[in-house]
Amino acid sequence: MREVKVVSNAATHKRGFGAVLWDYLTTVDHKKVAHLYLFGGGFFFLVGGLEAMLIRIQLVKPNSEFLSNGLYNEVLTMHGTTMIFLAAMPLIFALMNAIIPLQIGARDVAFPFINSLGFWLFLFGGLILNCSWFLGGAPDAGWTSYAPLSTTSPGHGVDFYVIGLQIAGAGTLIGGINFLVTIVNMRAPGMTYMRMPLFTWASFITSILILFAFPALTVGLFLLMFDRMFDSAFFDVSLGGNAVIWEHIFWIFGHPEVYILILPLFGLFSDLFSTFSKKRLFGYTAMVFATMLIAFLGFMVWAHHMFTVGLGPVANSIFAIATMAIAVPTGIKIFNWLATMWGGQITINSAMLWALGFIPTFTLGGMTGVMVASVVADYQYHDSYFVVAHFHYVIVGGTIFGIFAGLHYWWPKMFGKILHEGMGKLTFWTFLIGFHLTFFIQHFLGLMGMPRRYSTFAPNQGLDLGNLISTIGAFFMAFGVIVFVINVFYTAAKGEKAPDDPWDGRTLEWATASPPAHYNFKQVPLVRGLDPLWIEKTEGKGKMTPSEPLGEIHMPNPSILPFMMSFGLFVAGFGFIYQVDNKAWLAVVVIGMGITFGSMLIRSLKDDLGYHITKEELEREAD
Amino acid sequence: MSHDHSLNPETMPNEPEKATLEGKNKFIGFWFFLGGETVLFACLFGTYLALRNSTAGGPAANELFGLGLVFIMTILLLTSSLTSVYAIYHMKNNDFGKMRLWFIITILLGFAFLGCEIYEFTHYIHEYGFTFTSSAFGSAFYTLVGFHGGHVLFGLCWMIALIIRNGKRGLNLYNAPKFYVVSLYWHFIDVVWVFIFTVVYLMGKVV
Repeated sequence: MREVKVVSNAATHKRGFGAVLWDYLTTVDHKKVAHLYLFGGGFFFLVGGLEAMLIRIQLVKPNSEFLSNGLYNEVLTMHGTTMIFLAAMPLIFALMNAIIPLQIGARDVAFPFINSLGFWLFLFGGLILNCSWFLGGAPDAGWTSYAPLSTTSPGHGVDFYVIGLQIAGAGTLIGGINFLVTIVNMRAPGMTYMRMPLFTWASFITSILILFAFPALTVGLFLLMFDRMFDSAFFDVSLGGNAVIWEHIFWIFGHPEVYILILPLFGLFSDLFSTFSKKRLFGYTAMVFATMLIAFLGFMVWAHHMFTVGLGPVANSIFAIATMAIAVPTGIKIFNWLATMWGGQITINSAMLWALGFIPTFTLGGMTGVMVASVVADYQYHDSYFVVAHFHYVIVGGTIFGIFAGLHYWWPKMFGKILHEGMGKLTFWTFLIGFHLTFFIQHFLGLMGMPRRYSTFAPNQGLDLGNLISTIGAFFMAFGVIVFVINVFYTAAKGEKAPDDPWDGRTLEWATASPPAHYNFKQVPLVRGLDPLWIEKTEGKGKMTPSEPLGEIHMPNPSILPFMMSFGLFVAGFGFIYQVDNKAWLAVVVIGMGITFGSMLIRSLKDDLGYHITKEELEREAD
Repeated sequence: MSHDHSLNPETMPNEPEKATLEGKNKFIGFWFFLGGETVLFACLFGTYLALRNSTAGGPAANELFGLGLVFIMTILLLTSSLTSVYAIYHMKNNDFGKMRLWFIITILLGFAFLGCEIYEFTHYIHEYGFTFTSSAFGSAFYTLVGFHGGHVLFGLCWMIALIIRNGKRGLNLYNAPKFYVVSLYWHFIDVVWVFIFTVVYLMGKVV
């Protein structure tokens, strides 16, 4: 039953492309799963960016005919869906996978197999969604897919949306549970909850949000799927259905989702400000509780997306006040970050630049958030470009800035090389300037009456110049992203080798090699306080004291089953979509589900106990 | 480190389901999962409550539901929860044979429940023409109760797979958490049924 493998040192021999591919298809190592999430999410980020550029080119001048109205709806829908579900979420999961186990001194995540399954579900869900482009048209009902627009949308576009998000959403849910269990059960000795780095704390709270938000999306997508594919009547008013149910369920998921997108990055910025200011984070405890409070309130405010539905003044007032209340804990965070830098020895590099750019940008987005939360004023802002400007300020200004900051900060830990500083700064400045050019002016376009989601605008209404400026800004952003991609390839080919602790870090991930060995820590470290590595440095030791004697390490076996399970759902998805046209497609459903359930059965009936790295092998490896 | 050895009463820890890190992870991970499932069912209940009077001229809840059958179904399922408690009781006493016996009884009760549900659905369809597509109420009813039935079926398959896989090797610290977790799942299904019994059937009879 027990299999002992000789641990090969990957650097000593080159392997063929096939072997590397197979390695990634079967890997259950959280650091490699992080690479997969990074490249999967990065790819979709470029796709979503391309869609954004198409939108901005269409809107560069009035009465433009660059995109047809129908195609514009598809591009707009896919831009939103792709960026939220297939770019931002996976990129955040990439950072979480790469760093959380290291920050808490764990050798692995709690469920390595499920971790890999989560990635493949996301990837195949994303592929289904994007297959729609080549199979008769993409979804066109907006990323929110409001019924009855979505239930009456012709063709199969919305079906791809439903199936693709259902599969990808399942991957996110199990990923969230995995992080929760990892953080609860697998912290190193001495790593109490109130000694966890803020990134881990924020990811923990985010995972709770994922756990309670994503099942709501699952239900919403099922209802939509049943209405579209199996003629149920949830949103069909002629049979007693009610379209507002979709809005409620979608936003019960959708509002926590925007906090899922921002909270991990809040945590990351906290770590980053502390590291690059050479100071302990100001107000650590307040930061933790502010994060919890934001998460809690984030769940309570979904109906602020529905002020104009007609829920009545009482409901609107409650949701308005709850929404504005979120500004308080968020303000606490902003001031704590400033206070962390106050009097610190600040290093400014490309990672820190993103963090510094984030503060004013996100604050602007937060302030327009309070404006939109005011019900009476929202009747003016609603469905105008003001809202577009607001949510891009928070999601790009928070999440995307955070992901860039995190990538520059942790690239050495993830890949063993430091990203090129010059190109990093060029990316930052072009992106920052481009971002504000693009979106700042959209506040005013919205106030002047330009509606969201429309494929064009009329000339001589005062909207021409603003849209032109906005499009020029978008090209700056695209340029910045291209420079970043070049930076990645350049660094892979010629980048300087990173030391284990390039930033003089404070937290445990910097106590490992860059990149870490596949078992992370030879001996699990003993944690003696907040910023454990910094404590050892200031006391002159410079490295962590082990909490256990050198002993054998239990490791999970790689497996192709996560890939197969997700692939089965991918196949079955096409069956579900096309059985509406021809019942023969139900055979494809059966085949696909057969692959998935067959893989699950193999997983259940065959014990996979992993293997052990022996003490002798560990001793042989250099420190 | 190996947990493949069968346990005997001397080596049996008090809580075999939480004796290893893997077991602890499964235990707490499953509780989290059930937290997510709660939201799933809460949304389905919310949808049902919003649509339960939207019959579009078709049959309404109080014409359809027969509390006699629902009562039998409730007894079957609640009893199956009790028998799964016995199974776990014997697991903790390291009596594999009795644990298996009580799980098999649980499975039989579960199938009896499912049989009643299938009968109930076909009855509504043939006697009243009340289907998934006849009204928003129909869609909401079959979706909520059907999701629960799907969970029952999944739980039954899961228990059967565990019984077959571990038939010959007895209890150990590798499979004890699995048995424990499936019983947790089974209790959860039961709790959901109590809500369905109340919100769908009892409230459905009150006009």
